[in-house]
Amino acid sequence: MSEDGEVLEAAVARAVEMARSAGAGEAEAFAVTETGREIRVHAGAVESLTAATERGLGLRAWIGNRVGYAYGTDLSDAGLGDIAGRAATAAEISDADENAAPPVPDATVPEIEGLSEPSVDEWATERVIELAQAVERTALDADRRISGVEQTVYADSVERVAIASSTGVEGTYLSSSAYAYLQALASGADGGSETGLGFGLSRGPAGLDAAEIGREGAERAVSMIGAGKPASRACPVVLDPTVAASFASLIGQTLGADAVQRGRSPFAERLGEAVASEALVLADDGLDPQGLGSAPFDGEGIPRRRTELISGGRLRTFLHDTYTARRGGAASTGSAGRGGYRSQPSVAASNLVVDEGSLGFDELLGAAGDGIFVTDVAGLHSGVNPVSGVFSVGASGRAIVGGELAEPVREFTIASDLVSMLQAISAAGSEGRWVPFGGSVRTPPLLVAEMTVSGA
Amino acid sequence: MTELLEPELASRVLARALASGGDFAEIYAERRVGLALSIDERRIEGVQSGSEEGAGIRVINDGTTYFAHVDGLDPDDLLRAAGEASSALTAGAVAPRGLSGRETEPQPIEQRPEDVPAERKADLLRAADERARAQGPEITQLSASYSEGRRLVTVANSEGLFTGDDRTRVRLGVQAVARRGDVVETGFETLGAHRGFELLDGDPGRIAEQAARQALTLLDAGPAPAGSLPVVVGGGFGGVLFHEMTGHGLEADHVQKGASVYAGRMGEQVAEPLVNAYDDGLLPGEWGTDAIDDEGTERRKTLVVEDGRLTSFLYDRVRADRDGVESTGNGRRESFRHLPIPRMTNTYIAPGDAEPEEMIAEVKKGFYAVSFAGGQVEPATGDFVFGVSEGYLIEDGKVTRPCRGATLIGNCLEALAGIDAVGSDFEMKTGFCGKGGQKVPVGTGQGHVRIRAMTVGGTDV
Repeated sequence: MSEDGEVLEAAVARAVEMARSAGAGEAEAFAVTETGREIRVHAGAVESLTAATERGLGLRAWIGNRVGYAYGTDLSDAGLGDIAGRAATAAEISDADENAAPPVPDATVPEIEGLSEPSVDEWATERVIELAQAVERTALDADRRISGVEQTVYADSVERVAIASSTGVEGTYLSSSAYAYLQALASGADGGSETGLGFGLSRGPAGLDAAEIGREGAERAVSMIGAGKPASRACPVVLDPTVAASFASLIGQTLGADAVQRGRSPFAERLGEAVASEALVLADDGLDPQGLGSAPFDGEGIPRRRTELISGGRLRTFLHDTYTARRGGAASTGSAGRGGYRSQPSVAASNLVVDEGSLGFDELLGAAGDGIFVTDVAGLHSGVNPVSGVFSVGASGRAIVGGELAEPVREFTIASDLVSMLQAISAAGSEGRWVPFGGSVRTPPLLVAEMTVSGA
Repeated sequence: MTELLEPELASRVLARALASGGDFAEIYAERRVGLALSIDERRIEGVQSGSEEGAGIRVINDGTTYFAHVDGLDPDDLLRAAGEASSALTAGAVAPRGLSGRETEPQPIEQRPEDVPAERKADLLRAADERARAQGPEITQLSASYSEGRRLVTVANSEGLFTGDDRTRVRLGVQAVARRGDVVETGFETLGAHRGFELLDGDPGRIAEQAARQALTLLDAGPAPAGSLPVVVGGGFGGVLFHEMTGHGLEADHVQKGASVYAGRMGEQVAEPLVNAYDDGLLPGEWGTDAIDDEGTERRKTLVVEDGRLTSFLYDRVRADRDGVESTGNGRRESFRHLPIPRMTNTYIAPGDAEPEEMIAEVKKGFYAVSFAGGQVEPATGDFVFGVSEGYLIEDGKVTRPCRGATLIGNCLEALAGIDAVGSDFEMKTGFCGKGGQKVPVGTGQGHVRIRAMTVGGTDV
């Protein structure tokens, strides 16, 4: 164990003790240290270079069935004492809830190989700057219609997590991540601009393909030149993996038991029912080292695992943390998510994985016949009602005519509701991809038999 | 003013940051404390208390920004971060100017929220819960949240600036869920300000009532129309329209990279002469107001559209230097862990002279978007989208039935040029704006605004 790991483990153990001294019956501490760097490149030059170090600790304190949370950045004894006092006070403000109780370890924490990758440390800053520059250059050189790149970003980080509780939870792990993306600009004959996003993610810079990222951004931007509005109609829609991932992530949220138990999910009361087409198989997989949401344990120290959510068209289970499991008479699925030490745990997917189907991309277009290939959606945070599942979001992409990609289209919406959309998925493509939008998702392109398109 | 750093320490950090050269160095120190609690299923829960301290140090040299941030304000850590920020530079040391303090006027806070007993905050949420549920038995779920936060800021730079701010914000949000058979609808309302607990004197429970009424109204909603229609947008949060449609495209970082449809259009007529709009970082007590921006520049009121002509972009320091102009005080950051970038503060279309009722009465068939759930824009293409949280059909000059699941989409330049009436009513609302991975509080506002045609994305083709 590294030195910072030991320091962090000592801090979580000490915080739990202090919470009990401050009046808590039970306590749980979660701490993170992180070092990272971010490089922004524009027109071949470095626009900014950031070196980040973060550390902090979050503490849950239970007084009977009342729970409170406090966090802070001061890990000295005085700082931890302050956090402990505030957590206990927070618990006193809360109302009692019979299901509020600390997590109890239920299985052995798995070992996952490959959560951290040596190139994050080994690649000097000059080398990752070159990587970012290569991403930008590839895009600029890809097509004469590329007028520029708004920005190219490379970032990586190494994170150490430690957790301890008065109920015997104890653990620590190290993980690394790296990603790069660019927003390429293409100009059309009318002088208007089009944008194209290219991205890649991995556990370290060695896993990023600069040329591929740059090529993707350029290709997406150029493909949109001359886009018009499609006619309003109901038609087949093929969702690009980046778009399918955004929808998978929304569905993941509605399958969280917290939303279900509180009557705020369109899937409440539907466990075991046919909710989707058999073409869609969806799982939460917290163990795949390629998924950046993977870890040995979740945000409250319960082992991560693989959980099948939808298969054979049926809803198999909801995602649970300790609270929802107690409340629903189920077992935790290791799905307590945390947005770092500043947030208390709540149910969230780790990595959502949509199974690949048998159709290649061209076959998927062929199966669609006439419709729209959606490459981008906008307004997901405001255009989707997560309680009813009804959505209408802005979109852009390409028309599909006679089973082949045709002219680019933009400024239209696609609308449906999540349950109808799941039932209308008629095929999954054969090539999946990891996408970091709205969490971590791996999905192939998906064919939806019918959606409402509103355009001209 | 509470200073997070002694000037002597700030000077040492700046000197260290310029030890290998650089045109400019800055330290931004911040202490953030806050409390949040919510009510859900009639229970007070999610009580959370936070306390963070840290600093971001940047060196700018020849157009490149070197930035290091660190948690905590330990002098050794600050000096180490300054060393890290300067580590890629290789020139000789530059001496920063001596610091001279500049007083600012933080927003006055009558009642410090941290002095108010927590039980009162919990009672406020319980009252909101009761009030919303009292609107009808079809209100099946109610969640409400209270949050307070205080940010102490100290900024020092190599040009000798030493200043700070003390920012307190309080916000109440209510979400109501109404259910009738299989139909489920939600309503949402917020009340927030850069003020103390006095914000919640009076009748804060009215927002719970509004959220519940919105959800109940939508139970009777039919599908939203699909296609191009005249649109009347309501006042208050309707201002997110201008925020997305124009505000983002005026942020100088997008403009300078040619990634804004407003690039090269300064001085041009982009809207009818009846449109006047501002970004005003000083509006007393408003959600996006501060005394200084996060680079220490004094906030100001910037006229961005005058009689339909584009009059100013929004600048932080780096982009202002590049254009050879003064910063407009729009350099903002989410926290000490982020670099400042050009951001809006409180953005609004100034009141016009039309009466909202008449604006609707003049529409034969159209859509009335009372409020939005949010919006998004791609400044480079100008394509935007807004999710409508409460919308109605307009038929023969009258507001008829409510519509569910509507989205408005369009292109900035067309939609801005399409504004043909601005109402004399006016209201500001609170929002959080995300850009480049940073979320900052912003105010949005307007009276009723009518646009000749916009694409309404519903399911009723």
